Amino acid sequence: MTTLLEVGSVGRAFGGVYAVRDVAMAVAEGETRAVIGPNGAGKSTLFNLISGHLAPDHGTLRYGTRRIDRLPPHARARLGIAIVFQGARLFHGMTALENVMVGAHARTRHGFLSATLRLPAHRREEAEIRADALAALDRVGLRDWAHRSADVLPLGQQRSLQVARALCARPRLLLLDEPASGLRAGEREALAQLVEGLRAEGLTMMLVEHDVAFVARLADRVSVLDLGRLIAEGTPEQIRDDPAVIAAYLGEEAA
Amino acid sequence: MSALLQYLVSGIAVGCGFALLASGLVTIHRVTRVVNFAQGMFAVVGGMTAGSLLSAGLPPGAAEAAAVAVAGGAGLAVGVVATGRRGTSPQSALIVTLGLGFLAYAAEIMIWGDNPRSYPGLGGAVTVFGAHVQKQSFLVIGVTAVVFALLAVFFGRSYAGKALSACASNPYAARTMGIDPLRMGLVAFALGGALGGLAGVLLTPLQPISYNSDVLLITNGFAAAVLGGLNRPAVALAGALTLGVAESLVAGYGEASYQTVVALALMLAIMMVRASRRTALQEEAAR
Repeated sequence: MTTLLEVGSVGRAFGGVYAVRDVAMAVAEGETRAVIGPNGAGKSTLFNLISGHLAPDHGTLRYGTRRIDRLPPHARARLGIAIVFQGARLFHGMTALENVMVGAHARTRHGFLSATLRLPAHRREEAEIRADALAALDRVGLRDWAHRSADVLPLGQQRSLQVARALCARPRLLLLDEPASGLRAGEREALAQLVEGLRAEGLTMMLVEHDVAFVARLADRVSVLDLGRLIAEGTPEQIRDDPAVIAAYLGEEAA
Repeated sequence: MSALLQYLVSGIAVGCGFALLASGLVTIHRVTRVVNFAQGMFAVVGGMTAGSLLSAGLPPGAAEAAAVAVAGGAGLAVGVVATGRRGTSPQSALIVTLGLGFLAYAAEIMIWGDNPRSYPGLGGAVTVFGAHVQKQSFLVIGVTAVVFALLAVFFGRSYAGKALSACASNPYAARTMGIDPLRMGLVAFALGGALGGLAGVLLTPLQPISYNSDVLLITNGFAAAVLGGLNRPAVALAGALTLGVAESLVAGYGEASYQTVVALALMLAIMMVRASRRTALQEEAAR
């Protein structure tokens, strides 16, 4: 199995306190990797290091055959790394469909002139992107919301909209930061089925998640962070019985 | 009656000039959230350059087009200086644009001197219902209508325009979509510069321009742009036309020197009304 993402002992400190410390992991092509850990373990920081929104203090990131740790986020996006944030980071004042269409930006070639004059090549590209965006909306169950303002969507749907936006970019690596938090039971099930579907298609995914059942069902492998360090890695079954993991979650005495 | 019509048409023409300037402000703010106080300078550079090129013998039309391109270049330069360093906040960039605007005074005086300049533009006048209207006025109005239609199509309907707007709405997420806000910002600055230059090129034949004409232009353009929350070109257009007509009426029936006072008073009134509403900036902070 080929490695898609290799995290080479990266570290990042905030004001002298390490949020991520010497974390190393390799994610294989097609794998679904869960990253779990107590609050403040450094999960979101790790994701931001991978997406490029934070620069590592030290360490390397390799994506395929390329070093990406010095690339800005937009350049990483163009290489196929997409992220769904925990908070709703939508574009306001646009419809749901328009939000998703912006997601395709990483793979478009448009000029100002052709866009303003609505030249045929631009119209064709736009039509393709519109169709892709509608398909992505359909996939996350938001087809009916396509032409409504993204601002009025309930929280759960805003998350789904972010997923659709990420899918419209046709990513090779999809990062999902707590995709199920704040969702109702039905929405969680829909999300789980969506992730299962993407997994079956061979998309490489990394997800931060608290729900153990969710992780056990969806992840091939699990990486456990605690206080910025990687303390365990393995299949969901291995992780469940790992004493270090139990200690991190329940306190030292329980171990 | 004919006097009123005359004031109205010239007011609308001047208002169109303000609107073009305001559209540049709006374009830059929509993408970068920077309020560009060097915007008036683009009009001065555009008008002055067109005048120089015309007296150097360039044919009318080509000279004006080249001047608009030069103003676009000035816009790009302002963008590079004000926002070129990644992570510059819009507030810091605003101060930089203000400084660049003053610096431009010195450059403009060195190049063009401190006397007002003009050139004929679309010479001659026509008589409509007894009103004597300069042909140039109609040119200004026509060009503005076309420009605003194009901007509306670009920002409202094309996904390239949406990508630009996305930068302003959420730069963090925009970068995740492969959009480089810095590059998009520079594109917006160049476009804003060209729009400002277009305003200068079109207005100079109607009212002579000098290095400090930018004050009147930026005051009016800013007031018009603020009316639309610095984000809505159509509202800015309406505001600019209102200002142009009001000032033309004041100058026509009252005293020409009150023109700037009226502009400032209207701007204050608009800003007080706007301040009581939620602006895009406050919405951003509230998130």
